[in-house]
Amino acid sequence: MTTKLMGTKVQRVEDDRLVRGTGRYVDDVAPDALHVAVLRSPHAHARILSIDVEAVLDIEGVHAVWTYEDLDGAMAEPLPLLIPHPTLTHGRTQYALAKDEVNYVGEAIAMVVADNRYLAEDALASIVVDYELLPAVVGIETARAAERLVHDDVPGNVAARMEQSNGDAAAAIAAAPHTLSLDLAIERSACMPMEGRGVVAKWDADNGRLQVWSSTQTSTGVRAAVAAKLGLDLLKVDVITPDVGGGFGVKINHPWPEEVLVPLAAMRLGRPVKFTEDRREHFISSAHERAQLHHVEVGFDDDGRVLGLDVRFWHDHGAYTPYGLIVPIITSTQLLGPYKPGAYHVQFDSLYTNTVIVTPYRGAGRPQGCFVMERTMDAIAASLGKDRAEVRAVNFIQPDEFPYDHGLIFQDGRELEYDSGDYPAMLTKIKDLVGWDEFEQFRAEMAGQGRRVGIGLACYVEGTGVGPYEGAHVHIETSGKVKVATGLTSQGQGHQTAFAQIVADELGVRFEDVEVTTGDTRRMPYAVGTFASRAAVMSGSAIHKAAKKAKEKALRIAAEALEADVEDLEIADGVVSVRGTDASIPLGTVAVLSNPLRYAFDEASKAATQFSVGDPGKPPVAEGDEPGLEGKDFYSPPRSTFASGMHAVIVETDPDTCEIKILKYAVVHDCGHLINPMIVEGQIHGGVAQGVGGALYERMAYDESGQLLNASFMDFLMPYVTEVPTSIDIDHLETPSPLNPLGIKGAGEAGVIPGSAAFAAAIEDAERLSITAMPISPSELFALRQAASTNAGETP
Amino acid sequence: MTEKTHELRLTVNGVTHELTVPARRLLSDALRHDLGLTGTHVGCEHGVCGACTVLVDGKPMRSCLMFAVSAVDVEITTVEGLAHQDGSLGPVQQAFRECHGLQCGFCTPGFLTTITAGIEENPDPTEDEARDMIAGNLCRCTGYQNIVKAVCRAAELKAQGADR
Ligand code: FES
Ligand code: FES
Repeated sequence: MTTKLMGTKVQRVEDDRLVRGTGRYVDDVAPDALHVAVLRSPHAHARILSIDVEAVLDIEGVHAVWTYEDLDGAMAEPLPLLIPHPTLTHGRTQYALAKDEVNYVGEAIAMVVADNRYLAEDALASIVVDYELLPAVVGIETARAAERLVHDDVPGNVAARMEQSNGDAAAAIAAAPHTLSLDLAIERSACMPMEGRGVVAKWDADNGRLQVWSSTQTSTGVRAAVAAKLGLDLLKVDVITPDVGGGFGVKINHPWPEEVLVPLAAMRLGRPVKFTEDRREHFISSAHERAQLHHVEVGFDDDGRVLGLDVRFWHDHGAYTPYGLIVPIITSTQLLGPYKPGAYHVQFDSLYTNTVIVTPYRGAGRPQGCFVMERTMDAIAASLGKDRAEVRAVNFIQPDEFPYDHGLIFQDGRELEYDSGDYPAMLTKIKDLVGWDEFEQFRAEMAGQGRRVGIGLACYVEGTGVGPYEGAHVHIETSGKVKVATGLTSQGQGHQTAFAQIVADELGVRFEDVEVTTGDTRRMPYAVGTFASRAAVMSGSAIHKAAKKAKEKALRIAAEALEADVEDLEIADGVVSVRGTDASIPLGTVAVLSNPLRYAFDEASKAATQFSVGDPGKPPVAEGDEPGLEGKDFYSPPRSTFASGMHAVIVETDPDTCEIKILKYAVVHDCGHLINPMIVEGQIHGGVAQGVGGALYERMAYDESGQLLNASFMDFLMPYVTEVPTSIDIDHLETPSPLNPLGIKGAGEAGVIPGSAAFAAAIEDAERLSITAMPISPSELFALRQAASTNAGETP
Repeated sequence: MTEKTHELRLTVNGVTHELTVPARRLLSDALRHDLGLTGTHVGCEHGVCGACTVLVDGKPMRSCLMFAVSAVDVEITTVEGLAHQDGSLGPVQQAFRECHGLQCGFCTPGFLTTITAGIEENPDPTEDEARDMIAGNLCRCTGYQNIVKAVCRAAELKAQGADR
């Protein structure tokens, strides 16, 4: 029997091409393409009075210049509102090219197609736009005050107000022996993949077919959007997602203006056309996330048990709402984490501002939710003088309470019902890993050296693997090689490796013989996309099911050929054999037999021609059967799986400079069964680094007129190696999900979720100052120290 | 108005190419678009991320901060030139693969070239020195943990004479 690959650290098949520089990213395809540059609004809020493009057309090397006036049909309609929701009463989306008004710095106004990007950018400088400036709405407080409006027809700047509850939280809080209220804030940040957005299109006039490459997290989504916008039949559009240089959420939004404009240009001009976003454009014209203000009311008993929790929050979604309410819905439900408050009520307003739109960024509203809940737990512990871990423990859902129904509706429209988990065991592990119980001793030692340290802990639960479905196709070639396709896309998660592991295990073939294609609508036209840590759960399960089907067929055909019982067969290393005998047949030969042929084109196919195989008394392909050795299947779970984790961090704060140093970072993680622990740990490392960025460095610095002041890597501070922990201690817990055949839960986003919560707790513990807003910089910490000492009437 | 162009020779990975480009053509664009060497990536085009790093006479340089016309009379090495003559992976490439030092792979070419020069200069780096070596390159996927390991492993592979 071949050894199982599931759960082992298999090296990635992706790496060979990527380390040689022979990967294929979207800007690498179609070297002969014309290039697009986009004129973007320099103002956060303005009416467009006129646009003069006259001068552009005379520039040599320019092929086209278009504004809204040049769009017609569906292209002249606003871009789609992808995820409508009944409470999203005032959803608005932008036009591919601005019509009459712009609502954020960076909004697309005109596009130029030229021989190369240099010329296209030159040409942009010749476009003259006359604007009437309008006052900008920047920041949640301004939006909430609603003295000025982003959209004239949206009162109060409120796109949606949503409310959910389980029990009577207000009554529970009123009756509770202790109460607290907290105000908590998280600032804007962004995914910032190293590769920005990009799209290439080729119109094949001979075949009447459009081919699009996009650096997207959903090729099927882009395909449907392009077909609808350009009025093409879906079957005339192919979308291919090549290697993608990171996504982290931003690339799930679609179609971007350029994703429909570039195909349109390719069709109109009859030439391949390319758009490659530059870094400044990525800052001002893709998407951000995270900005929210929260107000918490909580009532609890003497043990710290939460009796009632009431959370009111305000979400800044930027100028438009193409991605609906997904982020705040996730915050409102996932902030509950591993806990079971006696009663819960949550209400949020999703607000317009004259800033870049919001789409999920790794964690998608969970880092904020986790921050709110964990700050609340710490505040309860502080007010009762109890150990912070103990307060958490009394609030945990217990292992025998699964499935646990929170009585709320989750982001997928399904019940928020946790499938499995073991939070007490996890708490024990994280305490051991970080040295929770020994910390006071360490603190004393450090204090002896004049050093100030603190420890923080944060717990989360993450709904992963949301539906609706993913599919897979497994095809066994006559060479015995196995070609697998699934429709969702890859941005560095190693899907080609992890999915090949699943197939190799299920089919009994060599790992090397399995080749996985993702994100190519020609190979698998039905798919949803890569987000919400769903790829392993959704496509992993679909691939497992499809491989199983292919295997069943292989065994059936092999049993006939070997004149044996299916039950007596096994497959190993790509060979089907009768257990305990020498009788065997390679899978490739089974593939030959599966396809009755009239024509022989090579040695293998000779064996399958009509005079060689089959019972002359029966149809060559039996009723209900199909030629070929293939399996296709879909996986569509009733609801999400729920992964969980706990992070703990020890920080040191400099008594003079307020510098915040990470001394230890520990992670316990439960994503069910692991397919490839090496890949899972890599995902955690990357998530933790983004968590560090979100907690200590990254923020979008908008001024009050809506200019993004730090739209470059020089000013938006992403962690280098010098900012991340020198090591990350990781321990796993594996509580398998009962919802899918492999018992997996998904791990992509986990690492980032508790970052801000854990750091805030650790800094608070070191400084004895209440930390209520993240990220926090040394100068902000300094200001907090100043304020505290002023309040205490001491000299700083 | 037609843009003035210049004829030049670029020596990349031991091969000399002739091309005609405007003075403002970035070396990164010339490599990627004129020579088709798309292994060199651009992540920022303002010199901060290091994705576009190539070796110029063995020294790491950001090709987005150089004009192609200024890269004549030097030997340029890109990621495509890091494998052994026989096609097998070079020590840094091999180490990245073994240590899972890459995820999306977009930043990777810049790290590979930077480290190639780094372990040439310091053949036996400590972990701290490994961190120093890569402190000017951004990666958004890996959290750097495995890249640091890969630096040390690459030095080891090179010393073992895996570097034929
Ligand atoms: S692209 Fe050259 S440093 Fe970022
Ligand atoms: S591997 Fe994706 S940016 Fe480094």
